[in-house]
Amino acid sequence: MTEQFKFVGTDVQRIDGVDKVTGAAQYVDDLDFGPNLLHAEIVESPHAHAEILGIDTAAAEKVPGVVKVVTGKDFPYTFGLYMQDRYIFAKDRVRFVGEQVAAVIARDPKTAKRAAALVKVKYKPLPFVLDLKEALSDRASLVHPNLASYRHVPWFFPREKTNIAHWRKTRKGDVEKGFAEADVVLEDTYTVPRYAHCAIEPHVIVGLYDLAGRLTLWSASQSPYTQRNVFAEAIAPFGLTHKDVRVITPYVGGGFGGKAGVSMEILGVALALAVKGSPVKVRWTRAQEFYNTYQRQGVIAHIKLGAKKDGTITAIDHTLHWDAGAYVEYGANVVNAVGLSATGPYRVPNVKIDSLCIYTNLPPGGPYRGFGYSEFGFGLESHMNRIAQKIGMDPVAFRRKNAIKEGDTLAYGAEMNPSGLAEAIDRVASEVGWGRKEESENPNEVIGKGFACFWKAPAMPPNAASAAFLKFNEDGSLNLTVSGMEIGQGFLTVMAQIAAEVLTVPVSKIRVELPDTDRNAYEWQTVGSHVTWGCGNAVRAAAAEAREKMIETVHRALGLDKKDLYLENEMVKCRTKPAFALPFKSFVINGIQTSHGNFIGGPILASGMFMPEFTSATGDPETSQGGHPNVHYTVGAAAVKLAIDKATGKMRVLKAVLGVDVGKAINPNLVRGQVTGGLLQGFATALYEDIRYSKEGKLLNPNFTDYKIPTAKDTPIEVVPIIIEVAQPDGPFGARGVGEHTMIPTAPLIANAVEDAVGVRIKTMPVTGEKVLLALKGIDYDDVKGETMGLCFMDKAENYKFNVGAAKGK
Amino acid sequence: MKRTISIKLNGAARSADIDPSDILLDVLREKLGVKSPKIGCERGDCGVCTVIFNGRTVRSCLVLAAEADGGEIVTIEGLGAKGPTPLQQSFIKNNAFQCGFCAPGMVLAATELLEKNPKPDEHEIKEAISGNLCRCTGYEPIVKAIREVADSSPLSHRERAGVRAKSGKGKRR
Repeated sequence: MTEQFKFVGTDVQRIDGVDKVTGAAQYVDDLDFGPNLLHAEIVESPHAHAEILGIDTAAAEKVPGVVKVVTGKDFPYTFGLYMQDRYIFAKDRVRFVGEQVAAVIARDPKTAKRAAALVKVKYKPLPFVLDLKEALSDRASLVHPNLASYRHVPWFFPREKTNIAHWRKTRKGDVEKGFAEADVVLEDTYTVPRYAHCAIEPHVIVGLYDLAGRLTLWSASQSPYTQRNVFAEAIAPFGLTHKDVRVITPYVGGGFGGKAGVSMEILGVALALAVKGSPVKVRWTRAQEFYNTYQRQGVIAHIKLGAKKDGTITAIDHTLHWDAGAYVEYGANVVNAVGLSATGPYRVPNVKIDSLCIYTNLPPGGPYRGFGYSEFGFGLESHMNRIAQKIGMDPVAFRRKNAIKEGDTLAYGAEMNPSGLAEAIDRVASEVGWGRKEESENPNEVIGKGFACFWKAPAMPPNAASAAFLKFNEDGSLNLTVSGMEIGQGFLTVMAQIAAEVLTVPVSKIRVELPDTDRNAYEWQTVGSHVTWGCGNAVRAAAAEAREKMIETVHRALGLDKKDLYLENEMVKCRTKPAFALPFKSFVINGIQTSHGNFIGGPILASGMFMPEFTSATGDPETSQGGHPNVHYTVGAAAVKLAIDKATGKMRVLKAVLGVDVGKAINPNLVRGQVTGGLLQGFATALYEDIRYSKEGKLLNPNFTDYKIPTAKDTPIEVVPIIIEVAQPDGPFGARGVGEHTMIPTAPLIANAVEDAVGVRIKTMPVTGEKVLLALKGIDYDDVKGETMGLCFMDKAENYKFNVGAAKGK
Repeated sequence: MKRTISIKLNGAARSADIDPSDILLDVLREKLGVKSPKIGCERGDCGVCTVIFNGRTVRSCLVLAAEADGGEIVTIEGLGAKGPTPLQQSFIKNNAFQCGFCAPGMVLAATELLEKNPKPDEHEIKEAISGNLCRCTGYEPIVKAIREVADSSPLSHRERAGVRAKSGKGKRR
């Protein structure tokens, strides 16, 4: 039986459209704070690792217009989402090039900048670690000698006196037995460098600590409530409680994970506290955006996979060493998520996963659309193709045979949720013409096809909750306040559609408010592609409560039986009295007048909440068995048709197909928007985005001239989104998330298509035209790459033979 | 060193006191209260600061405010002052934005294109907006939004120029 919906499942026009295309939409930097607004300039570390011997601020303080200079002495506190290892200002030592050491607050930005150049910091350079092999060696310089003293969530396992911040181990079955049963075992190493989010809006925060002791932050963020919590905890010594801290998030100009949690925003908090009574703004430059927020972490992934001749996977041993940077307060959870899910969406009876979070003296790693799944997917989905070749099986048929199904046991012991993976594989293969060789009209060009599957679960604490408030207005319109963030995905519209469906009120009569932690209901954060699901459930609950209150009011005022009453077209109707139709607007504020002349009822308000009560993070540290850390996986498959110019190595995506099981597409157009957007962002990481560091750990290309992101001329010629709907039983109208997933399969798609076209296998991202051309000439890119660490890994991938289990420390 | 510049901003005569080193983008945002041109990269790479200056789109982060003295500037606030233009409506209809941060600049770039070339082909559309970065949409809906307006335009570029010549209205907005 398919339920018929009026608003859910339709391509309702976005409710933020007029705001955004008329210039009415305000972002943090657009808000006016008057002539008293102060501006900050940050003094940054030029060293990857150094001891701070002294800071002389005298000259800067003398510059007319400078209000205050702040250093780590003023704020000797740490903060962090999952591990409190990050300092508000570097104290005693700096750990990466660009780290904040001091700040100059001035009346105008030019003065602040001029004065910041006068702050003299005396450093004693320390040995630094940029390379993972070095970071794990016995002689390694420790990035955090006090690691053991840091507070962290109970599901992290740092290793004292090493650079290992967390080590997630997952063990299921017996991998040695599994490999013994296999007819073919393939082992290889893949590397994925760091990447930058490149949201077009740079991070910006304005803080005001008013004379009454109230701290308000206007923040470009995906995470207003999480920010409030992290802020309040970090500045607890100032005596502020959560109710005294308020985070307001107007429209945000893109996030992609880079505006999740807390990174530079902590500076807005500290500086506001330093200049009580005046608002102070910290706005990141494009360069700072690259090196002092979060970067996607680099990884070296070693995969050993066994399969029988009939295509059955028998075992996987997947070891991932992550270059997590100088602070891992958020990034360690990326490592954790991968440690639970690096089997990919396949049924694997014997599993061994080691996912190690390693400190280096590079900028902090952290969340990026895909949360580690893109990174491990590059190696795994490349490997799937290669092992299929070894057993002489079609790579799509091989994936189809092992595709995970509802009820299968996951690596950590829980059961897989309902999944349309098999359908996705079949439809995507058919759409791309899998198995049909194609030839270009251009004799210099060859065409290859690539295929990959993907999956991803939201990575969140087991008590990540969502809530919603809803109130009616006099005319029957309503305001919905949630704290999920509109980061472009269309969240506001989807929440309106869910409320509309329950209350029979058209979307055009629903305003969904952007977050303000004083007024809006709680939301953990807008990350992990979970808000359609989590916050959607809360909105649905709030709308259901409002419906019950309306029915109760009609029952009390008019004596109609509650079980006969229902909502339709903005009216309360009665099954036993066809002529009865009471418009919402007649009573949702002022109540219903009875025959005695009095009024029954009053303003209809409602709230709803949602908590994934079935989850837990209590898995065994040595095996990960026993907990239920993930709420559900969204799965899918994708394919590309890729043209390669044999003379230049230049590649063009001719066609990209992506099928994803969203449970229920609340707004199919918005799902398609995630597909076209996510695919292009992913193809850019696969083909040309290429971060470079100097040998001293300085980021060399922190701008869009040297770190190329796609323009309108770089799009695939054709994109075909395929929406699959196998309902998620606990999702609103069956929906589950789809924000990050569309980016995840892109890198292995390109690598697999390159091999299909020209027979070379590229195992290091990005798969640039340069690498392909060199490979065609029999030259290994690693031999000629030069001294800038395009990979963040100095040596060749195959030379990273990490001895898991041998790392020192407890 | 201060001086006063006068500009016609979205149809209104405005003036501002500036330093010779002031950038047009900062003056528009901080001294004239027009916030739709955004700060994205401050070096002409991203296009979110796009404004129409004397009939042509410019990156206002690369223009000194002093250069704008006596000139005419249109931002999206002026473009849609009498209600959304057909292009803006098409952007809304086609979900040709997500976070919206690039939208003002993108709409202005497309507006200039259609002014000069009412019937652009796909390549010309992509070329015209290739200096305006969007990290969210994958550009496809943006190109579609522009193409739909172009397709519904009754006149080709040549025909339009002819009509203009006859009516004597040569000056563009």
